Amino acid sequence: MKEFVLISPERCKGIFDRVLKFSDADETEALIAGGAHQLTRFANNTIHQNVAEEGCVLSIRTVYGGRTARATTNKFDDASIRRVVEDSASVARQQQPNPDLLPMPGPQECAPVERFYPATAELTPEARAHGVREEVEIARRRGQTAAGIFSSGAAMQAILNSAGLFVYHQDTRSEFSVTMLGGNSSGWAKANSPDVRNINVEELALRASAKAALSAEPVELKPERYTVILEPAAVLDLVGFLFYDFSGLAIHDQRSFLTGRLGMQLFGENISIADDVYHPLQSGAPFDGEGMYRKTVPLVERGVVRNVVYSRQTAKLMQAEPTGHGFPLPNEFGEAPMNIVIAGGDASVDNMIAGTERGILVTRLWYIREVDPYEKVLTGMTRDGTFLIEDGQARRGILNFRFNQSMIEMLSKVEMLGPAERAAGEEAFEMVLPAMKVRDFNFTEVTKF
Amino acid sequence: MRTFADWALNRAQILGATYADARVVDSRERYISSKNGKVGQASVSDTMGIGVRVIAGGAWGFASTDTLTRQAVEQAASRAVAIARASALVQERELALVPEEPVEAEWTSPIRTDPFTTRVEDNITLLLRVDAELRRVKGVTLAEAALHFRRQEQLFASTIGSVIRQTRYYTGAGYSALAFSGNEIQKRSYPNSFGGQHQLRGYELVEELRLVENAPRVAEEAVALHGAEQCPEGVRDLILDSSQLGLQIHESIGHPIELDRVLGTEANFAGMSFLTPDKLNSLKYASEIVNVVADARPAHGPGLGTFAFDDEGVPAQRTDIIRNGLFTGYLTSRETAAAVGQARSNGSMRAEGWNRIPLIRMTNVSLLPGDRTLEQLVGSTEDGIWMETNRSWSIDDKRYNFQFGCEIGWEIKNGRKTRMLKNPSYGGITTEFWNSCDGICNADHWVLWGTPNCGKGQPQQTMGTGHGAAPARFRRVKVGVAYQT
Repeated sequence: MKEFVLISPERCKGIFDRVLKFSDADETEALIAGGAHQLTRFANNTIHQNVAEEGCVLSIRTVYGGRTARATTNKFDDASIRRVVEDSASVARQQQPNPDLLPMPGPQECAPVERFYPATAELTPEARAHGVREEVEIARRRGQTAAGIFSSGAAMQAILNSAGLFVYHQDTRSEFSVTMLGGNSSGWAKANSPDVRNINVEELALRASAKAALSAEPVELKPERYTVILEPAAVLDLVGFLFYDFSGLAIHDQRSFLTGRLGMQLFGENISIADDVYHPLQSGAPFDGEGMYRKTVPLVERGVVRNVVYSRQTAKLMQAEPTGHGFPLPNEFGEAPMNIVIAGGDASVDNMIAGTERGILVTRLWYIREVDPYEKVLTGMTRDGTFLIEDGQARRGILNFRFNQSMIEMLSKVEMLGPAERAAGEEAFEMVLPAMKVRDFNFTEVTKF
Repeated sequence: MRTFADWALNRAQILGATYADARVVDSRERYISSKNGKVGQASVSDTMGIGVRVIAGGAWGFASTDTLTRQAVEQAASRAVAIARASALVQERELALVPEEPVEAEWTSPIRTDPFTTRVEDNITLLLRVDAELRRVKGVTLAEAALHFRRQEQLFASTIGSVIRQTRYYTGAGYSALAFSGNEIQKRSYPNSFGGQHQLRGYELVEELRLVENAPRVAEEAVALHGAEQCPEGVRDLILDSSQLGLQIHESIGHPIELDRVLGTEANFAGMSFLTPDKLNSLKYASEIVNVVADARPAHGPGLGTFAFDDEGVPAQRTDIIRNGLFTGYLTSRETAAAVGQARSNGSMRAEGWNRIPLIRMTNVSLLPGDRTLEQLVGSTEDGIWMETNRSWSIDDKRYNFQFGCEIGWEIKNGRKTRMLKNPSYGGITTEFWNSCDGICNADHWVLWGTPNCGKGQPQQTMGTGHGAAPARFRRVKVGVAYQT
């Protein structure tokens, strides 16, 4: 069977030449993206879904006298390219000029990042099924059932414009996630990497299975403030709600919790955060939605909010330097840091547990939503492995808690940090960050399982 | 479209598939938004492709492509069969589907004005008029408005002989005003949060919403919230407006009745459900005045869950979910219906697009109207809180413990709405909450809301669902829960 082939840099240039033939705009930009992605899904010790998709899009932005618009298609024949260019032109021309719109950027230079691994791109359905079978066999041996996913894929993206900019990136992605279910308990583990060879399926299964076993026959505790140990996935899904606010435009719009707080000591001195797409555990393209290369930006240093990120447009508006974090234009959101690295410490989760007289160990969180946008109060539930710690040991499972917790307060009460690692959750984009031991975490309700 | 589907089905059968279906989908969208006096987004997009779902070796496989050549479509079908045979390596039980009759049909959702015939320039003018009205109110710091149109043409064909063409038009419109002051951001949205109202209609929806006329009130409320009292913490009677009640239905009834969740296939991601099969026809889900249906039929209204056939080729149906408080029905598919011994699917399988498989999704899960006027409902409440327009929403992964925050509240004292309350929130346990319902407004107050952003599945799919509701009262509910310290 012929395998899907990513659009090459040369073919991107050829497509853009055809775009320009149909465009009479002052400026023209093309965003070309595509790839192939496969996902094997299992539950009840059975593969119940198994899917593959392949596709490409051509997204055109034209500019006519300060008026701009975007049109997108997934067809690359001449008629479709002509139509998508005309669609963009038509929508652009029906607007009033925006005097703040900047000319498109010219050529950019930066060292590319290498995140394409043939072993991931070529992973077969049979190989994924064998990985799943390994999980299922562990589950069966332990009287549990397994549910989860094993996915892999390869993707490319390129941006070209009539000012001569051309940037191109390709990468691979793989992910394994497993939930082990006992009679009245569950345990979860997940990992992802550009290189599937970094995913240890057996270790994930054993970890999830051990959590399910330890949390059997959970007991109900009173919801109140506890010392918590948040595993990296739990930290990730919480702090993910912070970073869309580290945007110049969000502050300009007064929708950011950092409005009026830049330069303040907002978090504890042990909290330092950067956006760094070049970190070896990071993923993604080293350029933004306009093709500007991403700079490494220290966002928080020893608890003090030092910087936010800026697209070209926002940088002009706020008299700052662009950092290469803009979304494709036109958009309402401006920019956001998407390659977060939170500095870690040297305490393992086991060390944290050993030093805790009474507390809660949290594997994973669920359905987190923002309650208060300025104090960054979030609500959500624990899930799939929540344990009572007593006298330095995770003793037993407990019924899951609801929390209502300010992130500003939480990051001011971090007592210990684990080593920074690549973490994957379900509610935020992947980051590099540590496990955290936090005092006075605010649990407010308890559920029935 | 038929040719593409035939290529796929023929190829799948040649390779030994015992069942196959193909969906060819051609979608077009327009999204125009404004922000603080300027155009925010201005975009159009189209996407077309084919998804092929097969059973081979007793297991499922699916593959999709947007290259609509014969070679590419046949390769997608071949890949689907190969994937199914890989799935067969890890199976604990035999896959079975309940029978379904073949059908040839065509259906287009009724509209008065095709939204794509309206001029972008006029769309922008409308949004900027709304924007100007919102920002005319001193204290509004951010005004955002948007229009969203979609047309989706789909051909479904299957190896049982069904060929179904459906075209669905979707329109969405709404706006919000944010007011930042001191240490607080307050927000009001119209006619609902989540981008406003969304229905299976044409541009006539936009015209009926009276967007400009409502903007001054919405903006004034956003600013006034800064001077309002904090919602108290305690136990109160609670009246929810129909939009918040729509989301309450979505989260605490719509999701737990999805039979795939009940049977465990979302255990790793979207979660499971407390509604285990032993509870069917035995659980007192709600008080006796509560009647909930899942109704995909056009007769129910132009909801985001309205269609003629689902994405397995099963006709749209109405299913009683809660009858006089008793739990009576799930949302099912051909596979899950077979798994629990039911004779037929009730037609709840939908896919986001050509590159996704159908999953069990809510259709229009609606609370049927009661017998109260709004005046009667409020007038008979001695000490309560009215809450309106969702601001935050969260529920555990088996759908028991929920917490919602709303944009605005009003205290009700002795049968009258009195002072405004900011940051209102409430929480509870699903069945306890629904059993505390003692008053539902009548059909005059019933609105079929659209929830455009329901996420489920891996790869994740976003689906629109419909929820009809009229304001209703719930006794002795925990309020102010989100700000407990």
